[in-house]
Formats: sequence, structure tokens, C-alpha cells
Amino acid sequence: MTFSLSKNRLSGKRGTVQSIWFALFRGAAAINVLALFAVILFMVIQGASAINWAFLTEMPKNSMTEGGILPCIIGTICLALGALAFAFPVGVATAIYLNEYATQGKRVAMIRFAITNLAGVPSVVFGLFGLAFFCTVLKLGVSLLSGALTLGIMSLPVIIGASEEALKTVPNTYREASLGLGASKWQTIFRVVVPSALPGILTGSILALGRAAGETAPIMFTGAVFFTPDLPTSVFDEVMALPYHIYVLATAGTHIGETRPLQYGTALVLIALVLGMNLCAIIVRSRLRNRNRI
Amino acid sequence: MTYREHTKGEMIPEGSSRGDRGAAPTDTLTGRGTALGEWVAESSLLIISLISIVVLGLILLFLLMEGLPTFSFVSVKAFILGHLWYPTDEPPDFGILALIMGSISVTLISSLIAVPSGVMTAIYLSEIAPPKMAEILKPAIELLASLPSVVIGFFGMVAVAPLMQRIFDIPTGLNLFTASIMLAFMSIPTICTISEDALRSVPVTYREASMALGATPFETISKVTVPAALSGITTAIILGMSRAIGETMVVLMVAGGAAIIPGSLFDPIRPMPASIASEMGEAPFRGDHYHALFATGITLFLFTILFNILAMSASRRFRLKG
Amino acid sequence: MTNEIETIIHTQDLSLFYGDFQALHDISLPFAQRQVTALIGPSGCGKSSFLRSLNRMNDLTSGTRSEGAVIFEGTNILEKKIDVVSLRRRIGMVFQKPNPFPKSIYDNVAYGLVVNGIKNRSIVAARVEKSLKQAALWEEVKDRLHKPALGLSGGQQQRLCIARALAVEPEILLMDEPASALDPIATQKIEELILELKERYTIIIVTHNMQQAARVSNTTAFFYMGRLVEVGSTNALFTKPVKKETEDYITGRFG
Repeated sequence: MTFSLSKNRLSGKRGTVQSIWFALFRGAAAINVLALFAVILFMVIQGASAINWAFLTEMPKNSMTEGGILPCIIGTICLALGALAFAFPVGVATAIYLNEYATQGKRVAMIRFAITNLAGVPSVVFGLFGLAFFCTVLKLGVSLLSGALTLGIMSLPVIIGASEEALKTVPNTYREASLGLGASKWQTIFRVVVPSALPGILTGSILALGRAAGETAPIMFTGAVFFTPDLPTSVFDEVMALPYHIYVLATAGTHIGETRPLQYGTALVLIALVLGMNLCAIIVRSRLRNRNRI
Repeated sequence: MTYREHTKGEMIPEGSSRGDRGAAPTDTLTGRGTALGEWVAESSLLIISLISIVVLGLILLFLLMEGLPTFSFVSVKAFILGHLWYPTDEPPDFGILALIMGSISVTLISSLIAVPSGVMTAIYLSEIAPPKMAEILKPAIELLASLPSVVIGFFGMVAVAPLMQRIFDIPTGLNLFTASIMLAFMSIPTICTISEDALRSVPVTYREASMALGATPFETISKVTVPAALSGITTAIILGMSRAIGETMVVLMVAGGAAIIPGSLFDPIRPMPASIASEMGEAPFRGDHYHALFATGITLFLFTILFNILAMSASRRFRLKG
Repeated sequence: MTNEIETIIHTQDLSLFYGDFQALHDISLPFAQRQVTALIGPSGCGKSSFLRSLNRMNDLTSGTRSEGAVIFEGTNILEKKIDVVSLRRRIGMVFQKPNPFPKSIYDNVAYGLVVNGIKNRSIVAARVEKSLKQAALWEEVKDRLHKPALGLSGGQQQRLCIARALAVEPEILLMDEPASALDPIATQKIEELILELKERYTIIIVTHNMQQAARVSNTTAFFYMGRLVEVGSTNALFTKPVKKETEDYITGRFG
């Protein structure tokens, strides 16, 4: 029996066991990454031919069997931005409170407990809540506003988590230096801590934005509809949305087969939008990080 | 109060005390009024932070408000254990056992795929992959997490289901098995990222000690590193399952939608989220069906809360160990 | 000669607790105006904790509690009613490691002015220039004031932090081992700077470097195990220490 010094090339039975297992570990990683590329590639191949300028800029025609998906794109962007408009300030403020002011105690434990559980609520339950609370009790009806608020509360835990992570990476010496110069705590947070944490906060928020844009279940009963003849003009209008459009065309339409190219095209646009936001987040992160370095 | 311009040395005559700087020396130490501003800032942040608690409370309240009326026309026992879900029949049947079993079966089978795959990928990323490789693969896993569920559901419908139908020669590719596979890809990123964090938090000294005793890298992984990270990995698995049971679009589009208790891997099923999502649109507002769907939502929510509590207690042990 | 010098700040029986642990025991120590006082002692002797009590930076550490008094301008600054924000503006601090903000050089120095409500740009600009000159950094940075401060060398960063502290014109400057993270040449520049600054400012410096204490300070206080062992003119303390612990420490027998 010979032993090689190279750590990956053990011989004998122990070496064989190791190579088999390591091959399995590699295989698992490979399959998951391949799955990602399979989905993306499939949608690109199938959907690319459907995409053209008219598809992106026109209204749907002939009960959605022809024409473009402009109202879906607009609707999705409005829903996601609306969600962010609620979740960003609330989430960042909560993260600041939890990280800069109160770090322990019963009250904080309760807030953290609520956030953890909020993160675990199934998306369809958010939809039910949105229907019962925003649409019915607050009398907002099925509208852009109801949908955006529902997505907003769903994004809240994500933004709080990302912001807290970012605030934790700000060195304590920044806080001490600022306070040592006679800045108040609020000035320290507002002028030193938050600016330093901004790359992380923005990255997390853009990722949350992407997630909100791709969600379907929360907006099914609260904001999105099959079809609107016009683009939304106010926050109380119903909207069309990319994810819901895919679902409707693929499952509930009367011409499921005929509209396949539209379905692929819509799915590709949604993927591009979501992955584009991810890319955006990465760029924002590196840009802002480098800005104050050498 | 405005800042006083003064130049050191000129303003203070020789021998005079620093105490007579300005007219009222002590009021700058007590009277700037920052305390009020600080109090306002902290209080507003606290109030905003309470929104999370309020929202969670409202979710519970409204689920109960809209769901509990169900039990005026069907008993809790008949609702949970009833086999028949025919909410629009005359008279309707509101038994969600088939939906519960659909959810449980699809969650379990998807976990059978996702847990080994996710944990093994995590082991590869944290223990085996060269750093450069890990740097490329990790964003790919995160990207997988960011794919919208409707896209995964759609992919399952148009690509995977027909394939399954052909391979296994079954009447429909939209069934428990296909749904489990697609669902697995939704929970793999969760399981993988949290497991990887747990593995990375195992001190390097453990690995060194094991290797120094003559253990192979694989023996070190299986006997030292993974056991040390086990509660973190457990948390990851539970959270992944929680994600799977609550996931809506994939099961709505791929599971086949039949409200039957599955007897085989290739039976179509109708998990709870799918039922809620597909029927809520047509359920008459505040009718029996509407309330029964909210009650189904409560049941689903209870499942995820259970998973959350399990995950929290697992991670608490994890932290104690770490 | 010493009795002509005014005391600007002094502590009376100051004790400090971190939870159950008592870090400082009944310390009474006066500080002379426009002089340099060095606090020396082995690691963990409480000298830094003591320094941080003088502008209540210890408030930032949770679980700290102090007893006794720190008297500044006839007021006990440990009292609750004290506005720590204005206190810290008047008693500035320079930290062990240079800690410039991730902002430009100019914005770093201007920061203290801006947060204290000075909006007039020409006043701010003049003050920034003056502070950078006082900190002997102006010549090196005047052409790149709007470049990131993190691009400066360690020694330059520390002088920038001193300039930043000077810009708000504090009466007292607390320095917590300001040169410990720097190379010998940068250290020498900081020491020269301290000697210049004492013409205008009261400086209290914590150092573990006894040569440094001997070079820059007028008065030296030796701390050991949370207690003030001995205080006196630097010259006397280093040549004729009264207490045995002091002698052991300055002759390098421990610490």
C-alpha cells in the first residue's frame, strides 16, 4: 500500500471512500448550478424570439393572445417600488433602532421575535392578510396600493436583516470618533454610521425589490388582475403584473397553446428584470465601497 | 444656540481662569437642548420598530377573524380530518385533510431531494472548493434563490412535466413527484447558505486537530466538521422545509391540483397554498368558502410557526455550542 | 512655580465599575491648564478607563457606573443633567488607532464644526485650514483636501484625527495612546505636535511608552491595578519615584 502526500489522492480504501464522497459533493454543487443555468437558458432560447420593441411597449391585444406586455412591466415596477417605499424607511429605521439604540431587553426580544416570524409567513398568507386588511378594512380595494403594501410588509424582514448586517460592519471607532467630537448620537448615526453602512443597506434593499417584483401569491388577491384596458393612473387602480401574467397565460387562459411564445417572452422579461436588479445591487455595492477608498 | 467664534489665547487674559469662557460657562454644559432632540429621535425609531409587531399581530388577528367563522358551519374535527374538499358543491364539503396531506407529502419528498443536495453543496463550498471556485458558485446559488417562484413553476410546467410524463409513461406530468423536484430547487438555496454559514463557523483548529491525528479530509468532514455544525445544519433544514410548505406558485402550477390524499408518487395533489391561491379569486366574499380558505391559511400558518419554533430552538443550541 | 498654574479639571474619589468589576478605585487627580499630563501604567491598570471618564466616553460601554466626581468649571460632569454632547465638544479626544471617517480629508476636519451647527462655509474652510496647520498636516494635504482620508498614511491619518479634534477648539485634548499604532518617524511627528499644542491646549495623554511620557509631559501619573499610585512632575517621578511599584514599572521590572 502506498501513500501519496497529496491530500486529495489518498490510496487504499479510505482514499476510495473519500473520492466517492467528494465526487458526490462536487456533483451536488454542479447540479444546483446547472439547474440555474438550465432554467435561464431554456427561457432565453424559448423567449428570445418573442421579445421585440413592440412586445415591450404595446398593450395586449385580442384578449391577450397578441400584442405586448407594457402594462405588466409598468405594473410590476410600480408594485415593487411601492413596496420599497413602505419597507425601506420602516426597515432601515427598525434596523437602526435595534442596532444603535436598544440591543437587549424584553422589548427588543419581542421586536426580533416578530421579525423572525414575519420572515416565515407563507407568501399566500400575506395575500390573505392583504385582502382582509388593506382591501377590505382599509377599503383600498384591489389596487396598486393594496398590492404594494402587501409586498412591502413581506419585504420588511429582508430589509431589516440586510440593514442590520450592514450597520454591524460599521467599525465602532467611527461612532467613538464622532461622539468624541461633540456630535450627538443622532448626528453620529445620520452623518457617519448610516453613510458607512449605505452600500450594504442599498444592496439588501435592491435584492428585496427584486424579490418583491417576482412574487405572485401576495398580489393575486390584492393588486393584480388578468387584464386592464389602460395603464394605471392612480394608486387606487388595479394593475397587471409580470408574474401574475405568466401564471394566467400559462394556466387559466383559453388559448394556452397559442400564447406560449408570449408566456416565454414574459418569463424572460421577468427573469431579466430580477437578475438585472441583482446585478444592479452588486454594482452599487462595489461602487459605493470604492468611493471613499483610495 | 449658535456657536461662539473665539480664538484661543486672545480671548483669555493671562492668569484668568478657563471658567469665564463666555458669559455663562455652565449653561453650555447643561442647556444645549440636545437631550430633547435625542429623545424624539429614539422614540420615533422605537415607534417605527413596533410596526413589525403590529403587522404580525394584525396578520394573526385578521386570519382568525376571517377564518374562525368557518367553525360555525363545520366542526374543527370535520374540517381537519375531513377527506372531502368540495367547497362549491351543494351541499359543500369542507374537509382539508387531503390538502394537509398534499402539503406534508410534497414537503417531505422535496426535502428528501433538497436536504442531501443542499447540505452536500454547502460542504463542497465550505470545505472542498478552491476559494476562487466558491466565489463563483456562491453568487450562482444566491441567484437561484432570486429566481421568481412563478418562473420555476412555469419551467416545471412546460419543461419538466412533459419530460416526466414521457419517461415514466404516466397520464400527467403534473404530480407530487414533479412538484417535489421543483420545490426542492426553491428550498436548496436556503438550506445551502445557512448550512454553509454553520460549517464555516466551525473553528479551523478542530479540522487541524483531526488532520493531525491522521484523519483523511473526508473523515474530518464527516466525523468532526459536520457534527460540530449539526444544529446549524438542522436549522437550515427546518427553514428550508418551512419555505417549501409555504411556497405557493410552484405547487399551484405543477402539483396537478387534485384534492386527493396521494397514494403514489405520481398522483396529482393539491397542497394548502395551491388551494387558497386558486380558489380565493372565485370564492364569494365572506361566504362559507371564503372563510374556509382563511381557516386553511390559519392551518398553513400554524405549520410554518411550528417550523419556526423548531428552527429557533435548534439555532439557540447552535449558538450555545458555537 | 506650580502653584501659579490653574487647575482646569480634576477628579474627586472617582471610582468606575464595569458590572461587578471595579476598574478604578477612588482616584483624585487634578490637571493643570495648558500642560501635558501623562498617564502611565501596565495594561489593564485603568488609565484608559480613567481618560474616558473625563469626557464620559465610558457612557458608551453598557454596564458602566461611576462614583465620585469629575469637576470641570465647577460642575460635576458625571451628573445626569450634563449635556455630554457639548461636554465632548469642549473635551476632545484622539484615539489609539487613527479612525478617520470614510469621507474626504476636508469633510473629516469639517465634521465637528458641521455637527455643531457652523454653516458658514468660509468660517468652516478657514477653521479646517487652521486646524490642519496646527496638526502640521497642511503642507502634505493642501492639494488633495477632497481626496478620501483613508488614502493617507497611518501617521498622516492620526494627525488628521488630531486636526479633526482641534477644529472644534476643545479646551482639553484627551489622547489615548495616540502613537501606539504608528512607526517611529510618525511617532516623533506626533510628539513634536504635542509639545507645540500645549501652548494652547491642556493635554492628557495615556501612553505605555515611558520615553514618550518623559519627552512630552510636564506631569506624570502612574496607575496600577485601578489605583493612582503616584503623581508628580515628570522629571521627579522618573528620577526619584517615591513608591516601589512606580520604580519597578519605570525600571522595566513589570508591565
